[in-house]
Amino acid sequence: MVHIKRLQEDGADIIAIVGEIDASSSIELDLAIAKSVGEGYKKILVDCQALEYISSAGLGVFMSYIEELRDKNISFVLFGMKERVLNTFSILGLADLLNIRENKQEAKKLADELSL
Amino acid sequence: MSYHYNTGCSLNNLKGVREFIRKSLDGQEVSDLELGAIVLALDEMCSNLMIHAHHCNPDHFIALNIHIPVKGQFIFEIIDDGSMFDINQFQEPKLDNLVHEKRKGGLGIRLVKSIMDKIEYLHEGGKNVCRLTKTI
Repeated sequence: MVHIKRLQEDGADIIAIVGEIDASSSIELDLAIAKSVGEGYKKILVDCQALEYISSAGLGVFMSYIEELRDKNISFVLFGMKERVLNTFSILGLADLLNIRENKQEAKKLADELSL
Repeated sequence: MSYHYNTGCSLNNLKGVREFIRKSLDGQEVSDLELGAIVLALDEMCSNLMIHAHHCNPDHFIALNIHIPVKGQFIFEIIDDGSMFDINQFQEPKLDNLVHEKRKGGLGIRLVKSIMDKIEYLHEGGKNVCRLTKTI
């Protein structure tokens, strides 16, 4: 089960993921990112502090947006991952393809820099 | 030591699969990171099977066995009677291709092969047995 909340802070859309993302729940992450992109946000931060687990279905969602985010000049930064969640990204080498920071402050800073 | 679990092929049951593995390996001196990787690999295998061999039919069942013959050696078996879905036959897609094609699938196989030491497929008593081995 996953709960996804969105809130806006300093012009950035923050997508907070609470719970576990697997093949049954990845669609919710997909919809949240699609909405955020569709609403025209240029800075999107993904709060992973309460993300307890992610399988390839969730990783695939992030991968599928990489080109669209690049094409639309959207700064997209994930932050606050637990070590075991970050490990899943690292096993596949996705940690190098996505922007990942330790906390919200660093994520905001990077999003600001990327959108200059 | 051996543990056994049966579940229907609904993706909503993946959470139960993960809990079964975590509970079975509790007290086996497996680090949090290693346990997380094992849980992930088995989640990927079960979801692949549920989707591709059983079309998420909750009335179709798969069984999971965990054998721990000696400390640090783990044998996981996923047993079903659907069509065989042998991940050794699948070429893992390159990451660049996945990004370019905006594909959401294809990462799971890469994960399982990275995490497990050995992946074998057997046919025993009219059932498919996928055996995954991991030594820590």
